[in-house]
Amino acid sequence: MMELREEIEQVIAEEPVALFMKGTPQRVMCGNSLRALEALSGAGAPVTAVDILPDPRIRQELSALSGWPTIPQVFIGGELIGGADITEELAESGELEEKLESALGAGYRNLRGSKPPTLRVMQK
Amino acid sequence: MERLETLLREAFPHASEFSVFDRTGTGDHFQVVVASPRFDGLSLVEQHRLVYDALAEPLADRTIHELRIKTKESP
Repeated sequence: MMELREEIEQVIAEEPVALFMKGTPQRVMCGNSLRALEALSGAGAPVTAVDILPDPRIRQELSALSGWPTIPQVFIGGELIGGADITEELAESGELEEKLESALGAGYRNLRGSKPPTLRVMQK
Repeated sequence: MERLETLLREAFPHASEFSVFDRTGTGDHFQVVVASPRFDGLSLVEQHRLVYDALAEPLADRTIHELRIKTKESP
């Protein structure tokens, strides 16, 4: 049986862009999660969101894994990009699009058509 | 807030720019700006990690509810 930690690792490894946030893209529960989501959406990123609120262990395991103490956390192609401040800063400088392109390919905007951010629910 | 300033000053003694701002006036939502030679050549993730490390205690005991970070390399 897969442990929660493995499930989180799997999300980070599998999803082109993983956003661990408070709330869901449809119902964001924190200003910083919203800032990160908007910066990613603005760059056309195919976002997969994980809501950390339903189970406090998600945040504990995630931070233990990433060594990053706060939420949100953004991963592109399996690599930690940072929280809301860094994601916004990179979006403003244009580096976010460069990172998306180099990690996911030039057609990253069309990976999911023009679908809105999807939600992935932790099972464990 | 003084505690945050002290911790950051200790971690970044040669900061060329330094500020801690209580964003909401409630003593738990902070914006910190630090320019330091310690950041030179590091990625933004590594730079922010140094700030988190410096503030590990107030982050762990929930003195800091929210933290916004702006880091800069030395000019």
